Amino acid sequence: MTNKELSVLAYELRKKTVDVIMGAGAGHIGGDMSVMDVLVMLYFKHMNISPENQDDPGRDRFVLSKGHSVESYYTVLSEKGFFDYETYKNTFSRYGSEFIGHPHNTLPGVEMNSGSLGHGLPVSIGMALAGKMDQASYRVYTVMGDGELAEGSVWEGAMAAGHYKLDNLCAVVDRNGLQISGSTEDVMSHEPLAERFAAFGWHVIECDGNDMDSLDAAFSEAKCTKGQPSVVIAHTVKGRGSAVMENKAPWHHKVPTAEEYARIEADLETRKEELAHA
Amino acid sequence: MHKLPELNTVGNKIPNRQAICDTLMAAAADDRNVVALCSDSRGSASMTPFFNAFPQQSIEVGIAEQNLVSISAGLAKCGKKPYAFSPACFLSTRSYEQAKIDCAYSDTNVKLIGISGGVSYGALGMSHHSAQDIAAFSAIPNMRVYLPSDQHQTAKLIRALLTDQKCAYVRVGRNPVEDIYSAENCPFEMDKATVLCDTENPDAAIVACGEMVRPAIEAAKALAASGIHAAVVDMYCVKPFDTEAILKLAPTVKGYVTVEEHAPFGGLGSMVSQAVAAACPKRVVNLALPDAPVITGTSKEVFDTYGLNAEGIRQAVRSLFA
Repeated sequence: MTNKELSVLAYELRKKTVDVIMGAGAGHIGGDMSVMDVLVMLYFKHMNISPENQDDPGRDRFVLSKGHSVESYYTVLSEKGFFDYETYKNTFSRYGSEFIGHPHNTLPGVEMNSGSLGHGLPVSIGMALAGKMDQASYRVYTVMGDGELAEGSVWEGAMAAGHYKLDNLCAVVDRNGLQISGSTEDVMSHEPLAERFAAFGWHVIECDGNDMDSLDAAFSEAKCTKGQPSVVIAHTVKGRGSAVMENKAPWHHKVPTAEEYARIEADLETRKEELAHA
Repeated sequence: MHKLPELNTVGNKIPNRQAICDTLMAAAADDRNVVALCSDSRGSASMTPFFNAFPQQSIEVGIAEQNLVSISAGLAKCGKKPYAFSPACFLSTRSYEQAKIDCAYSDTNVKLIGISGGVSYGALGMSHHSAQDIAAFSAIPNMRVYLPSDQHQTAKLIRALLTDQKCAYVRVGRNPVEDIYSAENCPFEMDKATVLCDTENPDAAIVACGEMVRPAIEAAKALAASGIHAAVVDMYCVKPFDTEAILKLAPTVKGYVTVEEHAPFGGLGSMVSQAVAAACPKRVVNLALPDAPVITGTSKEVFDTYGLNAEGIRQAVRSLFA
């Protein structure tokens, strides 16, 4: 798929993700929208993961550290063919469902359970170390939220990844600048973020995390980086895709009203059409 | 039911952690997926020989217990058999959430080895005591909890754990412990308590784990001299708890005495009390550390203070008949 086609796909999957949240009456919509382009670029262009190779020891590994973006993650996994979208949509977060409100690895395509923040990077380091021990060629990807970076375990991991020069590891920060209480810089400042990771021995790549060409270039650069782990600081917009939600902290986990839903759907469709005909 | 072992007072006396290192080194030579991780704890864990002999199968994470456990989970997810060593006090509290989510909930084959457990660091204060680990880890679904008693049982336990794919927590002490069993006579069945008694119809039962098994046997021998025949249940497998071993003794015993190097809540005593109350109500006396910071001293001094020794156990058993 071309990057333009991936951009259109990301908007289609945003719409499907919003439908899941509407059905369940729950979800973390803001982060779902900000991270969608990252997930689509990874799953449809850069990662060697598919239902066909999900048990192959040589597959790439992915850990969604910001597990609350499970709705967008599961939508992408269903689009990849790991499980049926309709089943997911109709049962997500319902009584007895296997589609729990955070990633769960009894489902095909999910490596690790997450939900509590600050776990994905250290777990990914273990996966990357195993790859080094076995001289395997797979790469390991993990996506963190920016608010998540306040967890101390992230920096224990950052230290270890730099120490072990894990160039088969690529961390992504969904840098949308908002968390549940407001601006990340007001809650607990992360800047200078690039310098912080660099000081821990990482190769830092900053990009527009809602632009496929920019993401494509960032992940390509990470793959070519040797001797140190890479972090892609993906500058994104929380709630990306609709003026109803964009850059508004309350949309961290707000469920749209019927009226808001109609506007969001219209906005997403408009953006999709604009990208398709750009 | 096995006979109470003869306790050789001049027998081997090595820390159980040493037995773990020896067992893992033997396994690692044949299986490159056996991996050891330490958090600046390889000396305390007696794992320096492993790190020296198998540098490619050894990972140092620094003083970072949360990372120790999460990295182990990632390794396990990619086919490794990680053994994560850290003082039990830190492993069971600092990295508790990592054990819960990355090991138990994500169902990864991580073996957590809590070294210097209980009050091994007697004089170093509550920061260095792990008197909550049984309660904490037993409360996590899919987590197993083991407290082996001597080097022979420890080695058999580790060999068994090397063959399975589930996570587990193993607590061992820092101090050398005198052998209870021998290379030739160490009855062991995975996840089944070892029941020791010289009669088919014991009058009382002493349930112990870890370093408390030896004084329990000493107490049973002393009691036999005064006509009370006590069975000793070596409940090295605290979880999965061997309820059947406890209940089988119920028809003849007057009651149970539990003894553990642990807080009085949520540990072996609680589990035995729960099992007995549910199925065959009888008196259960719990010997444990107090619900308070323990007195400063060596392990032995601490044990003696709280009656966690042969005499304390003997008196507790006698109290069942008072």
